[in-house]
Amino acid sequence: MTWAMFVQHALNGLTLGSLYALIAIGYTMVYGILRLINFAHSEIFMLGAYFVLWGLTLFYLPWFVAIVVAIVVTAAIGILVDRVAYRPLRDAPRISALISAIGVSFFLQNLTIVAFGALPREVYRPAWLENPILMGEVRVLPLTLFVPTLSFLLMLGLVWVVYKTKPGLGMRAISKDIETSYIMGVPVNRIISLTFGIGSALAAASGIMWALRYPQLQPVMGSIPGFKAFIAAVFGGIGSIPGAVVGGIMLGVIEIMAVAFFPDLAGYRDAFAFILLIVILLIKPTGLMGARLEDKV
Amino acid sequence: MGAKTNAILNILAAVLLGLFIWWAEENLDGYMIQILNLIAVNIILALSLNLIYGFTGLFSLGHAGFMAIGAYVCSILILAPEQKEMLFILEPAYDWVQSAQAPFFVAVVAGGLAAALFGVLVGIPLLRLGDDYLGMATLGFAEIVRIFAINLPRVTNGALGFKGIPDHANLWWNFGWCLFTLYVIIRLIRSNSGNVFKAIRDDETAAKAMGIDVFRQKLLSFALGAFFAGVGGALLGSLVATIDPKMFTFVLTFNVLMIVVTGGLGSITGSVLAGIAITVLLEWLRFVENPVYFGDWELPGIPGMRMVVFSLALIFMILFRREGFMGKREFSWSWAVGRFFKKAGRHGI
Repeated sequence: MTWAMFVQHALNGLTLGSLYALIAIGYTMVYGILRLINFAHSEIFMLGAYFVLWGLTLFYLPWFVAIVVAIVVTAAIGILVDRVAYRPLRDAPRISALISAIGVSFFLQNLTIVAFGALPREVYRPAWLENPILMGEVRVLPLTLFVPTLSFLLMLGLVWVVYKTKPGLGMRAISKDIETSYIMGVPVNRIISLTFGIGSALAAASGIMWALRYPQLQPVMGSIPGFKAFIAAVFGGIGSIPGAVVGGIMLGVIEIMAVAFFPDLAGYRDAFAFILLIVILLIKPTGLMGARLEDKV
Repeated sequence: MGAKTNAILNILAAVLLGLFIWWAEENLDGYMIQILNLIAVNIILALSLNLIYGFTGLFSLGHAGFMAIGAYVCSILILAPEQKEMLFILEPAYDWVQSAQAPFFVAVVAGGLAAALFGVLVGIPLLRLGDDYLGMATLGFAEIVRIFAINLPRVTNGALGFKGIPDHANLWWNFGWCLFTLYVIIRLIRSNSGNVFKAIRDDETAAKAMGIDVFRQKLLSFALGAFFAGVGGALLGSLVATIDPKMFTFVLTFNVLMIVVTGGLGSITGSVLAGIAITVLLEWLRFVENPVYFGDWELPGIPGMRMVVFSLALIFMILFRREGFMGKREFSWSWAVGRFFKKAGRHGI
């Protein structure tokens, strides 16, 4: 393998990894606060991409407007899902909310099939995204540079919200102890809605960039990236935002590199992430950067 | 009511079921018989998941994986060697796959045992995990099984799968297995093991403190559930005659989970009743997805609508009636007789 090819694979891995990282943030934030695996998150990712397509083809919106509208609508749906399907189950056993989340996931997926059909849909990319850039011997698509950069900016914004603003303080308080937060006057439900909104907006951004990178939309397109992003969140340490970012990027790079170095194993590409999940859960369930979440007796 | 009367009534019910099957085979059309078959298979699957999740509290989402193992093992054993030669067009089958042969009953048992073996193999590492992590890890296991099925063409014929699997799974076999599953699980739940399972479900730490070997008991429940899931998968393969890796996705697990949750976690009666009701509804709602013709005018079918309805039903169930239709209650003869003679019946076990 030449040096140029290695750089190219590394960049591709970084692109894929930052898309995973954006989705993983949503999983990790919700888990950190509610101890809930938001199974429907992969469908939120898929809806983001579909809404852009809808805006472009049905309402003839310009690209930029379509993307902003799609992100806002997707965030609203994320909040709505929490209000309708998770909030009534806050005091129920944890698995009840997970089953509800599985129901929501199937509901959104099949509603998309009803609305858009099950067949794959093409996405037309703007022309300036198609021409590869040459850097020495390395040929990269503009997206390969654009996706990690934009993801990085989005993550910086998120870190600012979580660590420098008052709602962010509320999020951190709730993730430490939800009952005490109530007593201390944190508007818990509003903060949780905000968390779902932010997580869904990031997933929508990831879904839109995913659609530009792999320009084919399918109602089931969210399942595999969603599950891998969940694995990335566990890998990085669930509940930790930096962990989700590191886990996502590492998973993306490892996946691309594994296929590049061992082309014979390409068919097992998806199995690799699941095996990683099982290994991590067994060896170090708290992940790379996670705090220990112990069950109280 | 004495144990003897109970036994007599149980045998009577089994005989009535036998008479019904005998009547159904003569008088019902193929479509109705197919639905009856699916009911039996779904009850087996629901009971096995209820044992794992409803009674032992192990949130497992790996059912599709166990079913796939059962279905593939059974199919390889009952497909004739000539059929296999025709089927394996991607790459020739390994010799042991090509020559493996067994009668149907042995093949189904082998499918169940293979699934149970995998249940033990994944159970030993995974059953230490907490509830939601266990769910995700077992879901990962099911996906791994599927990916291996695609990538091992010399065993599974890859993405093409098997076609023309002999249709041995008739009403007698399916309901026979269904009754056997019912019998084993009822006996197990009423034995001391059943109490131990429920103790683990209700409070694992307390169970451990009482001196229960929690891990061993979990493994027992998980492996037994996997066995019956494998049996269900084996019967299903023979019933629908075609299997491929696409069939064993998470949707399959979702359907079984829906039956168990709707019927009531920890209610055998609930699983049986919901197994009947949801199988019938799933088939009935197929009409929504196919076009309907009124003379020349066509009302187009709505693909995806069936699962929209069912996922909504699951959400409503978990939001408004979390304990399912039956809760933890069970049918018993004394209750039925009491009802019949307007006496106050006793509930549950």
